[in-house]
Amino acid sequence: MRITVTVNGREYESEVEPRTLLVYYLREHLELKGAHVGCDTTNCGACTVLLNGKPVKSCTVLAVQANGQQVMTVEGLEQDGVLHPVQQSFWEEHGLQCGYCTPGMLMSAYSLLEKKQDLTEEEIRKGISGNICRCTGYVNIVKAIQSAGRQMAEKKQLEQNQSEVIGSGN
Amino acid sequence: MAINQTEHRPMGKSIKRKEDPRFIRGEGRYIDDISLPGMLYMNIVRSPYAHAKIVSIDTTAAMEVPGVHLIITGEDLAKMNLAWMPTLAGDVQMVLATGKVMFQYQEVAVVVAESREVAMDAAQLVAVEYEALPALVDPFRAMQPDAPVLREDREQKNNHIFHWQVGDKDDTEEMFKSAEVVVKQDVRFQRVHPSPLEPCGCIADFNKTTGKLTWYVTSQAPHAHRTVLAMVSGLPEHMIHVISPDIGGGFGNKVPVYPGYVCAIVASLQLGRPVKWIETRTENIASTGFARDYHMTAEIAANKDGIVQALRVKTLADHGAFDAAADPSKFPAGLFNIVTGSYDFKQAFVEVDGVYTNKAPGGVAYRCSFRVTEAAYLIERTMDVLAQKLNIDAADLRFRNFIKKEQFPYPSPLGWTYDSGDYEQTLKLALDKIGYAELRKEQAEKRARGEYMGIGISTFTEIVGAGPSHTFDIMGIKMFDSAEIRVHPTGKAIVRLGVRHQGQGHETTFAQIVAEELGLSAADILVEEGDTDTAPYGLGTYASRSTPTAGGAAALCARRIREKAKKIAAHLLEVSEDDVEWDGSAFNVKGLPGKSVTMDKVALAAYTNLPEGMEPGLEATYYYDPPNLTFPHGAYICVVDIDNGTGAVKVRRFLAVDDCGTVINPMIVEGQIHGGLTEGFGIAFMQDIPYDEDGNCLAPNWMDYLVPTALETPHWETDRTVTPSPHHPIGAKGVGESPNVGSPQAFVNAVVDALSPLGVTHIDMPIYPWKVWEILRKNGVTE
Ligand code: FES
Ligand code: FES
Repeated sequence: MRITVTVNGREYESEVEPRTLLVYYLREHLELKGAHVGCDTTNCGACTVLLNGKPVKSCTVLAVQANGQQVMTVEGLEQDGVLHPVQQSFWEEHGLQCGYCTPGMLMSAYSLLEKKQDLTEEEIRKGISGNICRCTGYVNIVKAIQSAGRQMAEKKQLEQNQSEVIGSGN
Repeated sequence: MAINQTEHRPMGKSIKRKEDPRFIRGEGRYIDDISLPGMLYMNIVRSPYAHAKIVSIDTTAAMEVPGVHLIITGEDLAKMNLAWMPTLAGDVQMVLATGKVMFQYQEVAVVVAESREVAMDAAQLVAVEYEALPALVDPFRAMQPDAPVLREDREQKNNHIFHWQVGDKDDTEEMFKSAEVVVKQDVRFQRVHPSPLEPCGCIADFNKTTGKLTWYVTSQAPHAHRTVLAMVSGLPEHMIHVISPDIGGGFGNKVPVYPGYVCAIVASLQLGRPVKWIETRTENIASTGFARDYHMTAEIAANKDGIVQALRVKTLADHGAFDAAADPSKFPAGLFNIVTGSYDFKQAFVEVDGVYTNKAPGGVAYRCSFRVTEAAYLIERTMDVLAQKLNIDAADLRFRNFIKKEQFPYPSPLGWTYDSGDYEQTLKLALDKIGYAELRKEQAEKRARGEYMGIGISTFTEIVGAGPSHTFDIMGIKMFDSAEIRVHPTGKAIVRLGVRHQGQGHETTFAQIVAEELGLSAADILVEEGDTDTAPYGLGTYASRSTPTAGGAAALCARRIREKAKKIAAHLLEVSEDDVEWDGSAFNVKGLPGKSVTMDKVALAAYTNLPEGMEPGLEATYYYDPPNLTFPHGAYICVVDIDNGTGAVKVRRFLAVDDCGTVINPMIVEGQIHGGLTEGFGIAFMQDIPYDEDGNCLAPNWMDYLVPTALETPHWETDRTVTPSPHHPIGAKGVGESPNVGSPQAFVNAVVDALSPLGVTHIDMPIYPWKVWEILRKNGVTE
């Protein structure tokens, strides 16, 4: 089947088998290897990507279901050579060890942070409970997401202040 | 927050990890991320039966599927003399079944095809006719003389694999006879699985023209795998190139050689094309490297004051259908004889018997120095049983029995010499920090109100860093490790090691060790592991051995470089070598402040301006054979509250105080502890791989074999004491496995402590809520 999918802002047209899973489409057709496969029962979340802005387990979505849709993967987080705050803070706070869960974890975290920046520990733990990490024990992942939230809130505030300054100049 | 890699004197600092930039971008390169031109995929046909005769295998229909290139059965392998392979434990294991299958999910045939999907489809068309045999599931039954013999291939006509004993039997018995108090406890450490997030897999790429086999594999021990492969296949070792790319967690699962690997290699040898095999999670749990599965009985002889005298342990070890344990050759029960723990036992006697059953083969050292976890769990659990019997506080009993600081080096009755430790200090810190006295007060108040709160203590001693070559080998290969350092003309260096990390942060910590020794920064150093064509020979990363072995090698290798550098420095400073001293950052002329030269200048001179007659370059290799193992220890305290209605256990607090000797990177050490505690938590409360009476595996995936998510995982608290290892070049002891070894008993002790007013003295793991609920119900606490 022929599908057209926009991934990280770029449109791809491809021929896929109807049974091809989105995760293998991304990994093997588009060579985007960030989304990983860790299980066969939709438990681990290593394959998490955003489909139209919502986190999905791409091992449980068919590529054809993404036809005409927007997909965002870990490869889309960095903009113009600048790491997203959530990537930066995972690095700073030691939120990863083997790195295998990291892309999925980052996508879940990103989606949480898009909605709300001052997340409580409880909210974060619930928000990433679809993503298993076998290495870190989650403490530093929670810290990293909180720290990213603070950075994003500060940035937002700064932009707001700036636009107010510009606004008052009129 | 972590600090910059450009920091000089980086030892002991929380340097940001050098490996992270690729991982946070999704640019790690794990085994399944590699594709080679012309690559084929392999799928494995597995047995639905735990024990059955293979009547026939018909591959015709599967072979006709377009895109199928090759199907291999056990009979095909038998013709090549490859139907069986040696295990690391000195047993043999079927690669593909011939005659009969011995466990559910056993490998029966493989299909190699154009794509993952075609291989999977065709595998389902391989028609295997079985004749079911009764399954032998209970290891105690398997030991009985009239039990059916599972392994007809062996000369020995029973299911007994080995008997191993250590200690003084007669002396121990004498002490038990005269003991004032004896406690006895049966303790089971259930079958669990390391389950790293990335399953196992490989790509075998045989080039018929060059005769070279390149084998990409998720391996914790690439050099050892190359040697084993050379021995098994007859391929010359220098024509085998093993590449272990980024590994998505190992925890011991990626130490053994699995049948799938051998089949992928055979297929590539036959087809001359790259063959990829990536297992599914179900295959991972159901067929590769389980851990533990020990049935243990411990007895302690003590006096009325709780001073321990002797320890006696009897264990039945269920190894499944083949003894595929990954232990050093002389240790069929690993380092289980660390079982006297942190206590000054006068005498001990330990027996372990291994037995075959119709279950998946193993068991690997899951984040553990070969059965140390079972040992630590057993002694810490039994000490609590003793405390309970004598009505002595669990902390107090431990203080009464600790090996004292002055007793190190301490020879244990079971044959080890503990290097160093300060157990009192560590436990004191833990008790203070958690507020032990107040917690006990709170507990008493709650008990009076009919509420169940528990405090569990574990003061474990570990044994890691296998090992000194006089005692340790795997299939005859001595267990030292190695490092090679090349300092380039501009003062940057590459370090290559014989170990292979899987998330432990070697690219950073080993850079820190070498940077510290050479006066450089971690940013100046590139650490490479996992490529047998470039790295020096080593036995790999497991059993917390990297820092004790390769860490020592890296430091001593750097010192070897510094010796030569000193000569060059003297030449540059125009003084004699005796007048030069190293201050950690530069070479100085004694008594002449300001007259100094740094390592980068020396490095340049090594290639441009050498003293007369000196060999150019600045490189060294070091093979480090440690004189002893290292003995990290810790004091863990767990506080739980029990829901009277449901039996659910809430871990309110968990504090881990670890002593792993010198700390290279505190952030990474803390991260290791968080991770291991989470594994221990899963083991204590959630995980088991049970089999039904027909040998069906009842938890072959992550729906049934539960791994902790962020939601139920407690918030971990950590602290540390530092007792350097006296014999290790930088005093480090290794830490990776401590939290897995040290934590299960803290959880269990806490739950038993909570329920002790109801007369509970022991609960076997995993402590599911229903187990607690049944106890509460039996005692009328809930309906
Ligand atoms: S691969 Fe595990 S949830 Fe998708
Ligand atoms: S970092 Fe290894 S699974 Fe999360």
